[in-house]
Amino acid sequence: MLEIFVNGHAVKVPPKTSVAAAVLQSGQSAFRMSVSGEPRAALCGMGICYECRVSIDGVAHSKSCQVLCMPGMKVVTG
Amino acid sequence: MKHYDLIIVGAGPAGIAAARKAGGSVLVIDDNPSAGGQIWRGSEIELPCEFLSGARVIDGDARNKQITVESSGVFKLSYKKLILCTGARELFLPFPGWTLPNVFGVGGLQALAKSGLDVRGKRIVVAGSGPLLLAVAAYLKDHGAIVPVIAEQASWTSLARFGMALLQHPAKIKQAFALRRSMRYVPNSWVTKASGVGKLQNVTFQDGRVEQCDYLAIAYGFVPNTELAQLMGCRLNGAFVAVDEQQQTSVPGVYCAGEPTGLGGVDESLLEGEIAVMGNRDRSKTTHFSRALNKAFALRPELKTLAAPETIVCRCEDVTLGRLREAQSWREAKLHFRCGMGPCQGRICGPIVEHYFGWTPESVRPPVFSTKLQNLIALKETTYS
Repeated sequence: MLEIFVNGHAVKVPPKTSVAAAVLQSGQSAFRMSVSGEPRAALCGMGICYECRVSIDGVAHSKSCQVLCMPGMKVVTG
Repeated sequence: MKHYDLIIVGAGPAGIAAARKAGGSVLVIDDNPSAGGQIWRGSEIELPCEFLSGARVIDGDARNKQITVESSGVFKLSYKKLILCTGARELFLPFPGWTLPNVFGVGGLQALAKSGLDVRGKRIVVAGSGPLLLAVAAYLKDHGAIVPVIAEQASWTSLARFGMALLQHPAKIKQAFALRRSMRYVPNSWVTKASGVGKLQNVTFQDGRVEQCDYLAIAYGFVPNTELAQLMGCRLNGAFVAVDEQQQTSVPGVYCAGEPTGLGGVDESLLEGEIAVMGNRDRSKTTHFSRALNKAFALRPELKTLAAPETIVCRCEDVTLGRLREAQSWREAKLHFRCGMGPCQGRICGPIVEHYFGWTPESVRPPVFSTKLQNLIALKETTYS
């Protein structure tokens, strides 16, 4: 298991877990806020819809479904 | 600029099959962390050639036989032969509440589960249309989820006809029966509403029934990913990339295999990937299967009436159906309301707008995937310096 931080909260996940899966696992349901202020979360799971965008280690708008968790990674949802 | 005899875009079944038959200098590019596409996501797949994962092809120039790739930076590659195995995405149709967190695609939720999402004890409604519903419901159940119902919009009659067409494919019948066991599979049934505060809590069906659940997995089949092929000038045949018997497109040196040429599933993709490298093979059986598939799961007209005027169609720019009704064309929808102009570039709302209004985008322009401005600047510098 490895540990990442979602909005400062530690989440333990197995190796090769995507950041999107880890965010859902952490209980956080909104990944980002839409242009009109609605909470949104992963939809397509395969890098098409851009709904799972989060900030990963300071890089904004990262597609969390296509990034694997690395130990100590800091994820911030919108 | 680095050169390859063959570049394959997409490491799903078609791309893998092509790579395994190819010789010379070969590169496979995929935007996911590893090879396998959707169907073999999470499996350990060895490719017999160079493999660039986590990389996107953002532009292509068929005349000079070059593609532009975004990975950690951005660079150009040249090829002698290019095989596009860009797969398909799911077709989503809007209904009130479909933008709520915890409403996923069917393949979408499976992809997340294959990427480490623990579904144990989760109550998951599976809905929409197509054989994927059963396969995903079975997968979720095997991984500890509770699937109270699988709602298939197609009627019993069309499913029975599909069953008859399957008689030529005994393995597929066996598979369907094995999947169907002990699950509530309800044809003639579809979701009309998803509701909840901040996230999904309830799903409503056409007969007024309400099911409480944690997740909803819903999609209405597939849309071929033809954007890169279109950008490179490949002719389409309807929604699909037109190819000859050798999988060659209308553009010399550019081939296409798998779902972008017709939605036939994994067997057809594997075969087409091989054909793209080796030439003719017998494909009569798989073509028959995909035709039967598309007929059986044709979408019912009621699905066009689910979205309310305030229901969002373009999720990137939050454009509602009511807004779109004020437009006369895709162009107007874009210019007046920014429909399809967000980061997904109309990949999700484009097929919906086509389903509701019959409008299609007039052109595909680079970059075919959103990229950072600094990448475009870097590219310009390398091109002209």
